[in-house]
Amino acid sequence: MQITCRINNREFIREIEPDLLLIDFVRSLGFKSVKRGCDTSNCGLCTVWVDEKPVLSCSVLAARVNHRIVTTLEGLEEEAKAVGRFLAKEGAEQCGFCSPGLIMNILAMKKEFKTPTTDDIKQYLAGNLCRCSGYESQLRAIEKYFDLEGKNQ
Amino acid sequence: MFGLKEYRMVQSLDEAYELLAQDRNNVILGGLLWIKMGRKQYQTGIDLSGLGLNAISETEDSIHIGCMTTLRQMEISPLLLQWFGPLFSDAFKGIVGVQFRNLATLGGSVYSRFGFSDVITALTALDTQVRLYRAGVVTLSKFLNMDQKRDILEKVIIKKQVTQTSFQTLRKSATDFSILSVATSLCKGNWKIAAGARPSMAILAENAAGLLSPEPDEKTIKAALDRVVNELSFGTDQRAGAGYRKLLAGVLVKRGIEAICR
Repeated sequence: MQITCRINNREFIREIEPDLLLIDFVRSLGFKSVKRGCDTSNCGLCTVWVDEKPVLSCSVLAARVNHRIVTTLEGLEEEAKAVGRFLAKEGAEQCGFCSPGLIMNILAMKKEFKTPTTDDIKQYLAGNLCRCSGYESQLRAIEKYFDLEGKNQ
Repeated sequence: MFGLKEYRMVQSLDEAYELLAQDRNNVILGGLLWIKMGRKQYQTGIDLSGLGLNAISETEDSIHIGCMTTLRQMEISPLLLQWFGPLFSDAFKGIVGVQFRNLATLGGSVYSRFGFSDVITALTALDTQVRLYRAGVVTLSKFLNMDQKRDILEKVIIKKQVTQTSFQTLRKSATDFSILSVATSLCKGNWKIAAGARPSMAILAENAAGLLSPEPDEKTIKAALDRVVNELSFGTDQRAGAGYRKLLAGVLVKRGIEAICR
């Protein structure tokens, strides 16, 4: 079957299998920031946006993004760099494998919350697992990031 | 890995049902989450996304939630908050993560009749009906207990009445399945106590709820708690034993009643 969609502001028209998953679709197009961490819809590493909403790309049929807008980390380079700097400064980057999915969800959260509380952050990001750096350093970085964003407004 | 030979975005429920009835290996996709976890090879995946069934709306006496509405939509709905308090946000916030709940659909959650379902526990504590394509409108509890004929769950209908609610659960980690979930509600002086993940499906503790007055004293609450653990059955699975769940039920129901009385 054929689908047409916009990924990171570029139009793609492709022939796909009916059961192709979005994660494999975007990776085949070169968007390798999207990682497969668990493949059981649990870890958040494969997070992309479909029509601006964060979803698990390992659990979405590529067929379902026909005529929709997909965003991966590659499409948000500047915003991602800003978050990345905060993560690095707090030592919240070791292997970095979970960072793209985490950053995609932090940026999605930023659209819903201007000044989130610590509980808001914990709850919104509970579906993003990290197995090495640890959540404390991530939380420090995210709080500082939102703190600065709040002051900039 | 699951497989789909064909994908079909249907234009009507008639078309969806016709496809469903055609082949035992055709399936309604819902949010795909559970289908994707399996290894079954399906013929045609039927997508209901194009039917406008992804909205929460109200009529004079009820709230209608389309089967393709996501759990996240319900969680942040001002309309549901207005009538039922934070029941749905409290019940859904522990379900994996925001990205998962942006995909998981109400229809998929209810139609699958999962014992662990926090969604079904929450809905059981309200006056809830489901509309099925073939069987028509039936109460949620009737639906949960009827023969599983192939049908399509079109929407969930909740009676619109201001209800005080509380959702209590215990999980081994913040986003794991519930070991036990309890939804408690008080509406026009009538209590409802629903317990799910027992580990079987949510059910009402009607006798216990019947003992409670609108403002129960400690003695009445104690009597109701004793009744809950005797009236409901609890089982054992990999998450907890029946005895543990029984103890837990008393604690969670007590917290639920107290949260509403406060």
